[in-house]
Amino acid sequence: MSFISSTLAVVSKDVRSELRTRYAMNALLMFVVTSVATILFALREDEVSTEVLSGMFWVVIFFTAMSGLSRIFVSEEERGTTMTLKLVASPSVVYFGKLIFNCGLTLTLSSAVTILYLVVFPTFIIKSMVVFASTVFLGSLGFAATATIIAAIIAKANTKGTLYPVLSFPILIPLLITVMKSTTRALDGEIFNEALGEFQMLTSYLMIIIVGSYLLFDYIWKE
Amino acid sequence: MSVVKYSSIAFITFAILAGIAIPMVPQPQSWLEFPIIPGLEDKARNIFFHVPMAWTSVLGFIFALFYGFRYLLTKDFDYDIKSVSSAGLGMMFCILATITGSIWAKFSWGSFWNWDPRETSIFILLLIYGAYFALRSALGSDEVRARLAAVYSIIAGMTAPYYIFITPRIVGGLHPGAKGDTTGSMPLAQLHMTLNMGFVFFIGIIGFSLFFLWLLNLRIRIAQIEYQISKNKM
Amino acid sequence: MISISITANRLSKDFNQCSVFKDISFSLSSPASLSITGKNGAGKSTLSKIIAGLLSSTSGSITYSVNEKQIGIEEFKHHIGFVSPYLNLYDEFTALENLQYLSRIRAGAQQNHKRIKEMLTQIGLWDRRHDIVDTFSSGMKQRLKYAFALLHNPAILILDEPTSNLDAEGIEVIKQIILGQKTTNILIIATNDNEEANLCAQQIQLGKI
Repeated sequence: MSFISSTLAVVSKDVRSELRTRYAMNALLMFVVTSVATILFALREDEVSTEVLSGMFWVVIFFTAMSGLSRIFVSEEERGTTMTLKLVASPSVVYFGKLIFNCGLTLTLSSAVTILYLVVFPTFIIKSMVVFASTVFLGSLGFAATATIIAAIIAKANTKGTLYPVLSFPILIPLLITVMKSTTRALDGEIFNEALGEFQMLTSYLMIIIVGSYLLFDYIWKE
Repeated sequence: MSVVKYSSIAFITFAILAGIAIPMVPQPQSWLEFPIIPGLEDKARNIFFHVPMAWTSVLGFIFALFYGFRYLLTKDFDYDIKSVSSAGLGMMFCILATITGSIWAKFSWGSFWNWDPRETSIFILLLIYGAYFALRSALGSDEVRARLAAVYSIIAGMTAPYYIFITPRIVGGLHPGAKGDTTGSMPLAQLHMTLNMGFVFFIGIIGFSLFFLWLLNLRIRIAQIEYQISKNKM
Repeated sequence: MISISITANRLSKDFNQCSVFKDISFSLSSPASLSITGKNGAGKSTLSKIIAGLLSSTSGSITYSVNEKQIGIEEFKHHIGFVSPYLNLYDEFTALENLQYLSRIRAGAQQNHKRIKEMLTQIGLWDRRHDIVDTFSSGMKQRLKYAFALLHNPAILILDEPTSNLDAEGIEVIKQIILGQKTTNILIIATNDNEEANLCAQQIQLGKI
């Protein structure tokens, strides 16, 4: 039981820190707004296919995630509080706490992008809500899981900013391909069973990344 | 090691000669004739080189992953040397495989790059190698570098099954074995390779693998000596 | 009070193939005290981090026992209090918030308000408890580090440069803490100062002699 309460305490600390400083929120918000605005200018009134809309959706999420999700580990390293955290928490507590925080952040981000897209692009019509919601949910969690473990890896590196997307992208490609296909289905209005293959893939991806990260986190965290 | 060295030279030479020299005829009668594969004709000869190179690039990654794993368990720096040597070779073969594949694509399918799932996978592997070396160069301390590089290679390796096996099945593609292909995924089956072609092909695979082992052995020995020299300077 | 012991066996540490120190061994059973001395760069901070479980040694081993039973470092860290110039607390939180959040992470749901108040008062920061740590002077930050280290009544206190950044009053408070710790538990001090080093029963000298 104390494992769970310690983990939640880590999440709570990060949330409070974020509310106090707003480092990540501001970056993410500005990124989303500017990228959606750019796309809007490029498209104007043009009709685009559901594949393109789906791709655009996830491109914005991908780049916004890359600009903000590394904060949980990088900020600890930059401010020198990694040692403090090591003194009070075991590696698993730290990993799951940060993972939950990033999941929350990514879900918030994708919800915001969804709402923004619905408002700004008249052609962005979600015909199958169930498929869309499941896709965005599983996809966001998959993003968060990968983003968290890669953030832990680059926290000690010299060129964190550029290294982060470079390391994350190859790992995320299977996720991106699947999630874009599934979103296209949702926009086209296909039923849940059609997308079952994609959902299986997304769920297994999530499981594998989390289990692998949990097992490897000790080697990253302990020096 | 000299067995590996000489047999690899022998095998590859055989594969090159047989691959290029043996004529392709519509109805192969003797052992020294290859069948013409519809749509590919002489371009099919690429299969003797492109596929083994792609195979060796994956082999390089598997070795790098294995040695990285051993490093994490033992903290013996020698394993890190082996891991990075392997990755370097793997990357070289990956670049070659991408180039040969791209050339083949131009002649067979019309353009240099199509985002077919198999093409995407070799591209992903290239990205992973690039990321691996980028990570290594961004880390200062030897111990941290070895540890984190090993961890990254393991994480990247975990996603490998996805783009090798699953995504090509989900998304249809141009390569043999993708969705929509009714003749099965083995190159032997799909490409209507006869036994003699299959033989040359496997000789090619074995030859390239042995070649890889030989080069790896050289690289590791050089790296170990360099490491000893730098250690003695301290 | 519980009885604690730490035994180090031939600890060595290398950084980038350069040896920092070699073959360090010691054995401590409460009550005990150890000082680690040496010139700048001799590895005092490194050794104290290794003992605190923050860094792993290149070779050698260190074992921790509570009440005669050997336990691993993850369990043992709840008995360790650590102060160091390299330790930082969260700049964006207040002194009180730092102690609250960190103790909540350490101990799960329980939080001892009485204890937090007691510690803050002892180190003289109770009046400043609602101020953001970013606004603190280095001396105040040092005092807060002590509050953090002692909050959970650790059986082992590891102090790297105990009196750095402290004024005379702060040094007095710390001396009291050190004496208390020395007589009931285990105290480890890493320092350049001979006076501080002499407070301890055992001594390890690092670096080339």
